[in-house]
Amino acid sequence: MERIPILRMGDVLLVSIQVDMHDRLAQTLQEELAERVVKDRARGVLIDISVLEIVDSFIGRLLGRIASISRILDAETVIVGMQPAVSITLVELGISLDGVRTALNVERGMELLASSISLRTQE
Amino acid sequence: MDLQSSETLQITCEEDLVRVRQATRARAVLLGLSLVNLTKIVTAASELARNTLTFGGGGTAIVATVHNGDRPGLRLIFEDHGPGITDIELAMKDGYTGGKGLGLGLGGSKRLVNEFEISSRVGEGTRVSITRWK
Ligand SMILES: Nc1ncnc2c1ncn2[C@@H]1O[C@H](COP(=O)(O)OP(=O)(O)OP(=O)(O)O)[C@@H](O)[C@H]1O
Ligand SMILES: [Mg+2]
Repeated sequence: MERIPILRMGDVLLVSIQVDMHDRLAQTLQEELAERVVKDRARGVLIDISVLEIVDSFIGRLLGRIASISRILDAETVIVGMQPAVSITLVELGISLDGVRTALNVERGMELLASSISLRTQE
Repeated sequence: MDLQSSETLQITCEEDLVRVRQATRARAVLLGLSLVNLTKIVTAASELARNTLTFGGGGTAIVATVHNGDRPGLRLIFEDHGPGITDIELAMKDGYTGGKGLGLGLGGSKRLVNEFEISSRVGEGTRVSITRWK
């Protein structure tokens, strides 16, 4: 079966979406990520969508769900690399991605996760 | 306004939604739509094709190049012979879903294009036509 690779970098799981996913594949990603967060004791999830040409309501909803599921499992999600045209379209479509943290690129996303993970560890 | 060239795609499974997005994108590139306009119409295509599959039980998408005088545009027509929509005005409202969606597909798609036409008959099916001019 076709899958989207999930890499691990320290406390963080890294997903780089490389294709126009069909709905079932996207759904699979949500389930596999949840399992990996627990199995790898991840504290953060970074999803790179820089290659995605569109985010429709289905993918928008999926990203929100991934963030909620991870949060419940004590991991934080950051979405990085959204193309400007995609962000304009998302807003016009009416999707606000409330509750999903975003960063410009992988580097910034990793910084964001690193600082919030160390904050949470101190608590 | 003439339908200069067009292709018809079947929508019967999730993979077909990817194919509709790709065909829309290819024709938008050919037409020379700006990146933002291309992104908007491909996103609208994705929403409407998914509605055709989910609620209409499958159908067809016509992807066509059209002209209004000198101005070229991209027109997509989604058609199904599903249950139809009882209250179109309600279905168009943001946040209204008869399924388990966000209810953004129809209203959102309308905002993403220049022209939006919907017609539906209960028991006969639904037809949505959208156009984005260059
Ligand atoms: N082709 C269709 N045939 C029958 N009913 C439809 C069709 N398209 C839309 N509808 C009805 O209109 C409602 C609103 O559609 P819309 O696309 O706006 O929202 P949704 O699909 O429910 O959620 P979302 O698109 O945000 O995932 C649908 O829930 C469905 O009841
Ligand atoms: Mg919809």
